[in-house]
Amino acid sequence: MAQPADLLTGMPAGTAPPAAPPRPVWLYVRRWLALNSEALRAVLIGAVALGLFLLAWHLLTTYRVVFFVRFTNVPSPAAVYESLTRAMHDSKFMMHVLLSCRRILIGFSLAALVAVPLGLLMGRFKLIHETLFPITEILRPIPAIAWVPMAIMLWPTNEQSIVFITFLGSFFPILVNTLHGMSLVDPVLVRASQCLGAREVSIFREVYFPASLPHIFTGLTVGMGVAWVSLIAAEMISGQYGIGYFTWEAYSLVQYSDIALGMICIGVLGLGSSTLIRGLGRLVMPWNRT
Amino acid sequence: MSDIKQTRGHVEVRDFGLSYPTLDGPMPAVTNASIHINPGEFVSIVGPSGCGKSTLLNAVAGFLKPTVGSVTVDGEAVDGPSAERGMVFQQYSLFPWKTVKGNVEFGMKMKHLDKASRDRAARTLLGITGLTAFENKYPDSLSGGMKQRVGIVRALATGPKVLLCDEPFGALDAQTRVIMQQILTNMWQRLKISVLFVTHDIDEAIFLSDRVYCMTARPGAIKAEIAIPLERPRQQSMMMSSEFLALRRGLMSLIREESLKAMGGEISDLALEGLSIDMHGQSFADVV
Repeated sequence: MAQPADLLTGMPAGTAPPAAPPRPVWLYVRRWLALNSEALRAVLIGAVALGLFLLAWHLLTTYRVVFFVRFTNVPSPAAVYESLTRAMHDSKFMMHVLLSCRRILIGFSLAALVAVPLGLLMGRFKLIHETLFPITEILRPIPAIAWVPMAIMLWPTNEQSIVFITFLGSFFPILVNTLHGMSLVDPVLVRASQCLGAREVSIFREVYFPASLPHIFTGLTVGMGVAWVSLIAAEMISGQYGIGYFTWEAYSLVQYSDIALGMICIGVLGLGSSTLIRGLGRLVMPWNRT
Repeated sequence: MSDIKQTRGHVEVRDFGLSYPTLDGPMPAVTNASIHINPGEFVSIVGPSGCGKSTLLNAVAGFLKPTVGSVTVDGEAVDGPSAERGMVFQQYSLFPWKTVKGNVEFGMKMKHLDKASRDRAARTLLGITGLTAFENKYPDSLSGGMKQRVGIVRALATGPKVLLCDEPFGALDAQTRVIMQQILTNMWQRLKISVLFVTHDIDEAIFLSDRVYCMTARPGAIKAEIAIPLERPRQQSMMMSSEFLALRRGLMSLIREESLKAMGGEISDLALEGLSIDMHGQSFADVV
């Protein structure tokens, strides 16, 4: 016998509902889609745009378009992909990549280890600020690349001077942002901590440091970007290994598809390292959900 | 037990004056102010904005040094901020990077209390104020009223002698404010702690306090001291009683006079016409 279906459950009315009614999976899928529609939209549009970019690149290179800029010698996406598959099996290419990553890791980490504490101290103690600030302000506008000749004189090995350039590149963004963070610490929070019995060391650790953390991470993200810029420049000028050197060498050896491969590789590495820092920031600052 | 409470938290501010150095010489913010808080007493300071009531409070907290006069708590001169004098701020001032429980435990952590007793004390205090469900939340996700409950509990968690409140409910809506006043009164009665409460809200001052000091316009001085003889525990309905309203009228006119002075002398005469108020058969002048 036919019974009218219940509007909500879709089950025939009158049938006893099970103790825990199994919810259909599609309901969750639909809700998830509805909740994440903004993000999905962004991913979708991004993917389409990327596809269009590749298509344009493909068309411009296959038809060797000359329109103000010349695409005659520019490698096609297919050629670059071929280079990539070749490079993946080439231990030398991997060594270039790993060496660059190692230089970034050392240079950037040293910069963070020096610039963050220095910024915290400069932000907290007036005398240190007054002493060091003029020096840092003069050194800061000098691009890391301009340090290359000096770095070669200063450091006994090429490797050290390249790491030094990377260090310099990321040092100032980290320092400046840490200082900025320190200058924005709410004095009322400092007073609140004092009223709760905090003394100098505790105030520093429990208030100034966490309050500056969001800005420190901004500095780290910017610093990481500049570290890559500086590294690639340094490698192109004085390197014998590294992804920057690889890219420059490809030009000298007329292996044009390797140029694009090197460039894309730098882009991906830069993106990866910034993402890593952002993720670390989210991990360290669970309160700072934006 | 009650004996200990009775002798704890005696605040004495004597002939207090504070001035800021300017190019034109020292600029007085507060002059010749003397107030006291008996142990376990709830005392408010009201006055027009900029009258230096917060200056006075900050001096008791230890953030400002008096130019002249003295500030003592239980006979000891105040020398810098300490956990003995807990403070509740208008802007809540919770640490955004600490959870509700982390904020409450902060003072006990500074006292190097072990984790277990910190945990126990924090949970008890959060339970009393109905915040147990939020103990692991960060302040950013709380409403203003909840934030200030955490602020009060945090200040009380270290067991201070005095609780200093700097317009703590000024940023809250009217309904929340009333509830918060009840919560604060309950906590105060449980803990029998001395409270110095700064506000510009006359109703709030009368409803909460045993005594109210009224300050003059800048440079601030104590203009009047008014006892609030309303019985405790106080109910919301008391705010409609003739006794309450009489106190309110008296304080209102005191403050109004000062507010007008603060805004500029020329309008004060005009506005003060017909403002002669009787309080319990006393004239306005007697109260002052």
